Amino acid sequence: MRAGPRVRVAVLAAAVVALQLALSGAGKGFYLTQLTMAAYDTLAALGLSLLMGYGGQISLGQAGFFAIGGYTSARLTTLDLGPPSGSGLARALAALHLASFRPDFAGGELLSVAPLAALAAALLLGAAVAVAIGVPVLRLRGHSLAMATLAFGVIVSSVVVGTEALGAADGLHGVPPLALGPFLRVGGGPSHRVENYYLAWGLVVVTASLLENLVHSRAGRALRALHGSEDAAGAMGIDAAALKRKTFVLAAVLATAAGAFTAHLDGGIGPAEVSAMRSVRYVALVAVGGMGNLWGTLAASAVLCFLSLRGTFGVHDDAVFGGILVLSMLFAPEGILHADLGALAARLRGREAG
Amino acid sequence: MALLEIEGVSKRFGGVQALKEVSLRVEGGAVKGVIGPNGAGKSTLFDLVTGFRVPDAGAIRFRGRNVAGGPPHRTAALGMSRTFQNLKLFPHMTAEENVRVGRHLKSRAGFAAGLFATPGARREERAIAAAALEAMEFAGVLPLAARPAGSLSYGEQRAVELARALASEPDLLLLDEPAAGLNLRETERLADLVLRIRDRGVTVLLVEHDMSLVMGICDEVAVLCFGEKIADAPPRSVQGDPEVVRVYLGE
Amino acid sequence: MTLELFLQYLLAGLTYGSIYAVVAIGFNIVYSASGVINFAQGEFVMLGGMIAGSMARLLPLPLAVAVAVAATAAVGALVELVFVRWLVRPTVLRLVVITIGVAILLREAALSIWGEGVRSLPYFTGDELSAFSLWGVRVSPQVLWVLGTTVATVALLRLFFGHTMLGWEMRACANNRDSAALCGIPTRRLLTLSFALAAAIGALAGCVVSPIAYTSYSVGGSLAVKGFTVAILGGLGNSSGALAAGLVLGVLESLSVSLWPTAYKDVVALTVLLGILSFRPSGLFGSREASRLGEAG
Repeated sequence: MRAGPRVRVAVLAAAVVALQLALSGAGKGFYLTQLTMAAYDTLAALGLSLLMGYGGQISLGQAGFFAIGGYTSARLTTLDLGPPSGSGLARALAALHLASFRPDFAGGELLSVAPLAALAAALLLGAAVAVAIGVPVLRLRGHSLAMATLAFGVIVSSVVVGTEALGAADGLHGVPPLALGPFLRVGGGPSHRVENYYLAWGLVVVTASLLENLVHSRAGRALRALHGSEDAAGAMGIDAAALKRKTFVLAAVLATAAGAFTAHLDGGIGPAEVSAMRSVRYVALVAVGGMGNLWGTLAASAVLCFLSLRGTFGVHDDAVFGGILVLSMLFAPEGILHADLGALAARLRGREAG
Repeated sequence: MALLEIEGVSKRFGGVQALKEVSLRVEGGAVKGVIGPNGAGKSTLFDLVTGFRVPDAGAIRFRGRNVAGGPPHRTAALGMSRTFQNLKLFPHMTAEENVRVGRHLKSRAGFAAGLFATPGARREERAIAAAALEAMEFAGVLPLAARPAGSLSYGEQRAVELARALASEPDLLLLDEPAAGLNLRETERLADLVLRIRDRGVTVLLVEHDMSLVMGICDEVAVLCFGEKIADAPPRSVQGDPEVVRVYLGE
Repeated sequence: MTLELFLQYLLAGLTYGSIYAVVAIGFNIVYSASGVINFAQGEFVMLGGMIAGSMARLLPLPLAVAVAVAATAAVGALVELVFVRWLVRPTVLRLVVITIGVAILLREAALSIWGEGVRSLPYFTGDELSAFSLWGVRVSPQVLWVLGTTVATVALLRLFFGHTMLGWEMRACANNRDSAALCGIPTRRLLTLSFALAAAIGALAGCVVSPIAYTSYSVGGSLAVKGFTVAILGGLGNSSGALAAGLVLGVLESLSVSLWPTAYKDVVALTVLLGILSFRPSGLFGSREASRLGEAG
């Protein structure tokens, strides 16, 4: 990786560690959980940053993939497969080590799909759906693309709300933790706060590094070229359609992962968490962080998601993000870090010709 | 067999017949010009050749292969490169990054290689950088490398766009009104550049308004008027053609 | 399904469908004038119903409706003035994002003002019990108001755009802004007017459907999506197409309730939207050339 980004990754990693030590030391360990959830949201926002910020493809459907990830993981890991020697499915899964036991309310144990296997299934499903809808939808541009992706997201959330097997309006509960190794687990309650925090932010650091690599590579350049001028990009031999699809799938997989991890972290998932507003939030985060600014989006996401989870915005949570969308488009379209305050002052003093 | 053969190509937009059974040949190694008054169909011709639009009728063959219908990225891969009349640079990328995009077809690293910054990808990137700088130097825009493309002057942007088109080492370079908006000195530099490009073995097809440029450097000139070809000959003959004179100067 | 039940569903579908059509026409007016798809269009319908609901306690019904329409039109004009006109370098991406933001702000403002409760206006004529029977179908007088208002709106708009100076100027503006400006047409004012007009007809629709449908702060979103679906289905900019498409969607949606659980009702419109955008973005009646919607920057 190049020098600049290497420094940024190092700074981020250092900040993550410093923050944990500070919070735990000050007895404010409960903030860590909210920061952990913010980390997973950041994953989805980073994916959207690549797709929308760098590639110029507006997507209001990230919540749909978040739902696919969260609900697939949640549903599979809360299935009651019966005894391992029972149904064919149970036997097959047990034989393949894809099933595991989880505790039930009564203190007994139930056989369900192993969380890791469920995660794999969720990611595969998310990718498959992204490929399927990407083909027709990515031919669209501008508001049509926005509406089409919105429609996708709302279809998913409508299906989820209306389906008994997916918990309908109550959602799914009792999702067991996901263990990725001896010291790495997602979920498990407050006693595993620190583990969760480092795992989540570790994922963010890795994702940001990889995406940074991509942005400066041939493929990333092609993506940015696409945003700059689709005609010229085609004239230089860039297969726009294929590139859009790949980027869309990558963003979708990140959102799917975010959903799956959040479901394990929370121990459940419900329709309120996968509404269109979630997609809008991600758009707001990319907008305020700066289109084409990975680190800006990361910072904006970390701060704003954390504040939102803390309840800082109260009942006006949605209004805040709506306001962010509007204000950032009006005053800082390149992102808040590039806000041209001089020009803004000039405009307030005397309106420029439209 | 000529490098590019356009045969009986027609294109209509709504009520306007932009091109009517136009045929043209471009021999390898030549510099061919296409001139004509505004609305004559010149840019449409380019769009058809490069696959941006589909002809209603006729055939377009590049090195014997049918290329009508595009898509543009495929015709580019076959060895064609173009500039645009209304400049399509990537404004938020630096001049150098713009030219590096020109190397897209000469490199392979894909999504995964980019994501994980594999040694192969990094090696390739160094080669891309070198080739881009070489193209920029050839076009005389090396000093502009680190500047955002959107911040360059018009003439500078034109030159960067040319460098970008050259970076892909095309067999056929299509220049869409390359002299538009250039002053006399810049136009002379452009003429010199086009000849140096020709000397490198690249065939050039250019659409232009500026007579002096076209007559000065082209081996052959085709004249379009209201979508039809009315002349196709070396510059001297075209200049003397009474039909051409009438079209340009009026009755 | 009996014929009567079918006709009942049909009527419900036509009723809601005509509302969708009006929302779509609102989209068309603004899109034709400016190329902007105003995601807040659905909120105008909501505002009309909510404002009228509040006003109806103080004023006689017709006046309450008039005030609501005027107030919403003012909001529409304000939206254009503050959010669209001020936009520096209005790329499509930015316009999409900002109108979404505006829609959310309007919705949240409505939440602050009116809370989460459901409101409705009193029936324009008669009441819930005044329904009469027509071929075995219960027809509420309000349904006639809805259908009538929709038809009247479409007709008046036709008249306006076809036969008045102002209407011609707006069409000129829509067709070619620069040429219109050269002719001395005040294009910027007309743009504001188009937003106001779209908001006004949305508000009127909101008022007229309020007695028979749920109006609360959150109805704007799904109305916007369905209205957009209808606008695309009928061909963007084509208002007769929008009317036909609206009725089609309304009926489809209504009949779907007989096939699968009500919870999935919205999925119909959404699937139609996805389908039409994916396979025929120029709509059922549009032309191929018209399908190059919203190109980036």
